[in-house]
Amino acid sequence: MNYQQQWIAFSTLVRKEIRRFLRIWMQTLLPPAITMSLYFIIFGTLIGSRIGDMGGFTYMEFVVPGLIMMSVVTNAYSNVVSSFFGAKFQRFVEEILVSPMSNSIVLWGYVIGGVARGLLVGLIVTLLSLFFTKLQVQHVAVTIGIVLLTSIMFSLAGFINAVYANNFDDVSIVPTFVLTPLTYLGGVFYSIDLLPEFWAKVSQLNPMLYIVNAFRYGLLGVSDVSVGLAFGMVGLFTLAAYGYCLYLLNTGKRLRQ
Amino acid sequence: MTHALEISGLKKVYDNGFEALKGIDLVVKEGDFFALLGPNGAGKSTTIGIVSSLVKKTSGDVSVFGYSLDKQLAQAKQQIGLVPQEFNFSNFEAVWDIVVNQAGYYGLPRKEAEQRAEKYLRQLDLWDKRFVASRMLSGGMKRRLMIARALIHEPRLLILDEPTAGVDIELRRSMWQFLTEINRSGTTIILTTHYLEEAESLCRNIAIIDAGKIVENTSMKALLKQLHREVFVFDCVNELPEDFSLPGFDSSRMDAHCVEVAVERGDSLNAIFTALTEQGVEVASMRNKANRLEELFVSLLAKK
Ligand SMILES: Nc1ncnc2c1ncn2[C@@H]1O[C@H](COP(=O)(O)OP(=O)(O)OP(=O)(O)O)[C@@H](O)[C@H]1O
Ligand SMILES: [Mg+2]
Repeated sequence: MNYQQQWIAFSTLVRKEIRRFLRIWMQTLLPPAITMSLYFIIFGTLIGSRIGDMGGFTYMEFVVPGLIMMSVVTNAYSNVVSSFFGAKFQRFVEEILVSPMSNSIVLWGYVIGGVARGLLVGLIVTLLSLFFTKLQVQHVAVTIGIVLLTSIMFSLAGFINAVYANNFDDVSIVPTFVLTPLTYLGGVFYSIDLLPEFWAKVSQLNPMLYIVNAFRYGLLGVSDVSVGLAFGMVGLFTLAAYGYCLYLLNTGKRLRQ
Repeated sequence: MTHALEISGLKKVYDNGFEALKGIDLVVKEGDFFALLGPNGAGKSTTIGIVSSLVKKTSGDVSVFGYSLDKQLAQAKQQIGLVPQEFNFSNFEAVWDIVVNQAGYYGLPRKEAEQRAEKYLRQLDLWDKRFVASRMLSGGMKRRLMIARALIHEPRLLILDEPTAGVDIELRRSMWQFLTEINRSGTTIILTTHYLEEAESLCRNIAIIDAGKIVENTSMKALLKQLHREVFVFDCVNELPEDFSLPGFDSSRMDAHCVEVAVERGDSLNAIFTALTEQGVEVASMRNKANRLEELFVSLLAKK
């Protein structure tokens, strides 16, 4: 395939991926909007007013970046894992496997689909948060950079999950048992300065901590960890996941018998 | 000259250790209409899966119009249109989207894709259903959807794995006609089928595969020549006794008014009528039992 044909194949796939999550918006866009609004009301307004300041900001201001990031992460991941697993399950992944599209184009097609949903949900949640607090962006490049990189990384992770999944349970295991707890413990709701020293150390092993803090740094200008380190880690994970995804596609593991 | 498909020494051992293909050699010439026959589990779908790169081969070589699957995979894929045995499209997508997207995967510009989609959906009688979600189609329509999808990038080699399974007779005939036209316009076609009648009326060349080996690879004509026995069915006016048989012939009473008689090539049919008359049987009608080929098929498989 020449470049133009590859571009057509890629955009076909991206377009299809985006249309998929827009078509089922009741399952993809509405739930995070509702959940996050509830978080804003309960943690920000009802409980938050009693908690007082956190890291020099009102509690509402403090939790919003983490909640936005949480939505981006889960939605990027879920989009790719459910879409690609669905394609495997109903076998229409074969439409792609028989086509002359290169593996990296297939991968990027799915990843950009996941990024698109992550960003769209992130945007919806951001807009909703404006009803509860004012938003500021201290470091635009950091904010955009970390959101993009993170959504790419979790889209790739979702892809790996989909390749290995055998049933629909396998699709929801990671979001439920790994992503959500890690995010909750990753400093969305508190600054790790509040933790006893031991737990603060343990928290530093949690990759979500770096992502949430880097994003909070972008918006508020404060972070519990080094932002450079955060980018380094996310970048490294992204590269590793990308390499692994391509390896899976190139060897046809669990995709071609 | 390069062939549409060249397979040599093809072996497949599945992950569970099952050896589905035990060294297959096959050549399909450009422009051919080729039948791959064999009983359930013979390895037809496995072979097709390898050619269309959905199944990984264990060893051997495959090339499509001279493009080796190992070295020029993308070019090889571009030559092939696949209609698989099992439905493999998204249940939730509309017919139109399925076909147009497939064109996109092959790098066809949107406008051209839409023109072709219209052409093939009309030809395959799916135009009225183009905005219907695929799960709402009947079984026969789903087959035709897969044919339209396989043709959208205008492949030089069309491979159909049991395209007429579960398709009614009328539709089957119109599919045959459609495929014949596609073949006439230059597309090489390979199909697998369990209906030997289908292979007989469509295909010029044929391979029979059994338990992962090719047991016969010849032209349809040559194969039919091997037939040396035919079975005729006689419907009789009067009732035949329970223990009816025709002396001097291999016959069997099917029911009170029907008897089947096997005839070796070269035997005269007159002799049968004479014998029937002697038995006091009056024949109302006679027909050739249609599955001559099936018997040959069974005997071929039994020989190996
Ligand atoms: N994924 C798999 N793992 C293990 N064995 C398999 C797999 N797929 C097929 N087989 C086995 O390989 C053999 C050949 O199967 P194949 O599907 O190629 O047969 P076929 O000729 O297409 O049969 P049918 O006419 O029933 O479609 C069968 O014995 C089947 O059980
Ligand atoms: Mg089969």
